Amino acid sequence: MTDALQELGEHISETCADVVKSFHVSFGELTIIAERDSILKLAKFLKDDNQCVFETLIDICGVDWPERNERFDVVYHFLSMRLNQRIRIKVTADEATPVPSLTELHPSADWFEREAFDMYGIRFAGHPDMRRILTDYGFEGYPLRKDFPLTGFTEVRYDDLEKRVINEPVQLVQEYRNFDFLSPWEGMTKELPGDEKAEKEPSDG
Amino acid sequence: MADTAENVDERKFTLNFGPQHPAAHGVLRMIMDLDGEVVDRIDSHIGLLHRGTEKLLEYKTYLQGLPYFDRLDYVAPMNQEHAWCLAIERLLGVEVPRRAKFIRVLYSEMGRILSHMLNITTQAMDVGALTPITWGFEEREKLMGFYERASGSRMHSAYFRPGGVHQDLPQELLDDIMTFCEEFPEQLGYIESLLSENRIFKQRNADIGVVDEKTIMEWGFSGVMVRGSGLAWDLRRSQPYEIYDEIPGDVFQVVVGNNGDNYDRYVVRMEEMLIANDIMKWCVENMPEGEVLMAGSKVAPPRRGEMKRSMEALIHHFKLYTEGFHVPEGEVYAAVEAPKGEFGVYLVSDGSNRPYRAKIRAPGYPHLAAMDHLCKGHMLADVSAILGTLDIVFGEVDR
Repeated sequence: MTDALQELGEHISETCADVVKSFHVSFGELTIIAERDSILKLAKFLKDDNQCVFETLIDICGVDWPERNERFDVVYHFLSMRLNQRIRIKVTADEATPVPSLTELHPSADWFEREAFDMYGIRFAGHPDMRRILTDYGFEGYPLRKDFPLTGFTEVRYDDLEKRVINEPVQLVQEYRNFDFLSPWEGMTKELPGDEKAEKEPSDG
Repeated sequence: MADTAENVDERKFTLNFGPQHPAAHGVLRMIMDLDGEVVDRIDSHIGLLHRGTEKLLEYKTYLQGLPYFDRLDYVAPMNQEHAWCLAIERLLGVEVPRRAKFIRVLYSEMGRILSHMLNITTQAMDVGALTPITWGFEEREKLMGFYERASGSRMHSAYFRPGGVHQDLPQELLDDIMTFCEEFPEQLGYIESLLSENRIFKQRNADIGVVDEKTIMEWGFSGVMVRGSGLAWDLRRSQPYEIYDEIPGDVFQVVVGNNGDNYDRYVVRMEEMLIANDIMKWCVENMPEGEVLMAGSKVAPPRRGEMKRSMEALIHHFKLYTEGFHVPEGEVYAAVEAPKGEFGVYLVSDGSNRPYRAKIRAPGYPHLAAMDHLCKGHMLADVSAILGTLDIVFGEVDR
């Protein structure tokens, strides 16, 4: 299985050398790192080539890495029902640069791209109808970004005086508690807590 | 008002459907542009049940995240847990005990019956048949009883765990499941006798919502939506997990339809229930003895008796339920053939005790996205019939 995927990866990276940056097979899955601007060309190749035939677009999603220069990964999963194989394509993007849309090739990309835009604020160039999809009407912000708090910024309630649902800033009776259960003992750090005191000069007293 | 007759656009109007409509199967809002009674365009508004599952998962340990999966497709909860467990297990590189695999398959197929039963009977209600739902829910009630006896909960079971299943099944439960399996085909036959040859049911479903191969590929369909159109695509057969590749061919067959219309999808679901029933029977008959959770591993809790005697077991129990277990760095996509289609989990781990990113690929999402494509040119009354056979559950579409 892994050999076949390795072969497939080589085949794709050779034929589309200008699009594919690198590829690797891990956990029995083939991942291709591609150029953002030519993703449409690559998807077309994957669909038409007889060794690939990736006709079904399974999923598009974003992953946020805030510390990186181009903070988003846009991850595409494709499936070939004919050849019974899967592939994952990854491109990078940031808040401003748009990723070419796959809607003309795979109409199912429509909602997947809308979701990625809704959740991360990733732009897609050439998408016919870019609106928010999962969040509420009039929602602001991108909830799945790592810098968006779990509790959000606003909360809704029905106001009896105004006879409508109103948005107001979140008020928590108790601070949201994010427990850090990471053990300091299990190979997480080389230095044990308290070790830094060993070097210190003992103060007299 | 004689002059309005000259107005050509008089036939065109926009209709709001939902979000609180019994035929919307949950909270779907559709803005429909109609030309008389013919649908021109459907704009679906979803997200009314959006609970931010993916965000919540990033703040929970792997084990704490598991119960959220029951709440996605709440009609067949254990199938969702299964995908989550498979993703974690693949990253950890662990093998589940054999008995646990059989139990997982047994309960996955139970989920399939639960889901198909609900779908067929509610879709029948959408097109006017009231009796099937009452008969079907009686069978579902029995199955939920089995859920409860295995996990303690009728719906939100949290029974599949990374490394196996939480508790072993007692022999009496297996015997009762066997009894159910023997009686079920007859009960299903009663429902079938109400629908399959029913003139109204046929008129409402035959040749409505035809899905062709091009649509399947372009719109990312999976599950019954594919098999109803004659393509023998089933993840249980083509990319087998657990023990699906061991099930003999005369027990587990992939059912396909011919025409890809609503009626064929109904027939495929009916047949799949019978086959799921056979697989359940086979699992009970061939159930091996042994462990159901990996003994002595870091991902499984120690047994209660052990904790009373061993200090290490007690510490391990405490650490597992506070810190959780660490999953090695990497990314996987694990998919199962859920009753509604391909349910997948894309999991990115950074090596800590929480997922860095978990994306849930729900089968209903692309199906519903194709609603506009499927309904174009159909009559208004067909919209709810088509929506019914798409098998939409908003828990998983909105996540």
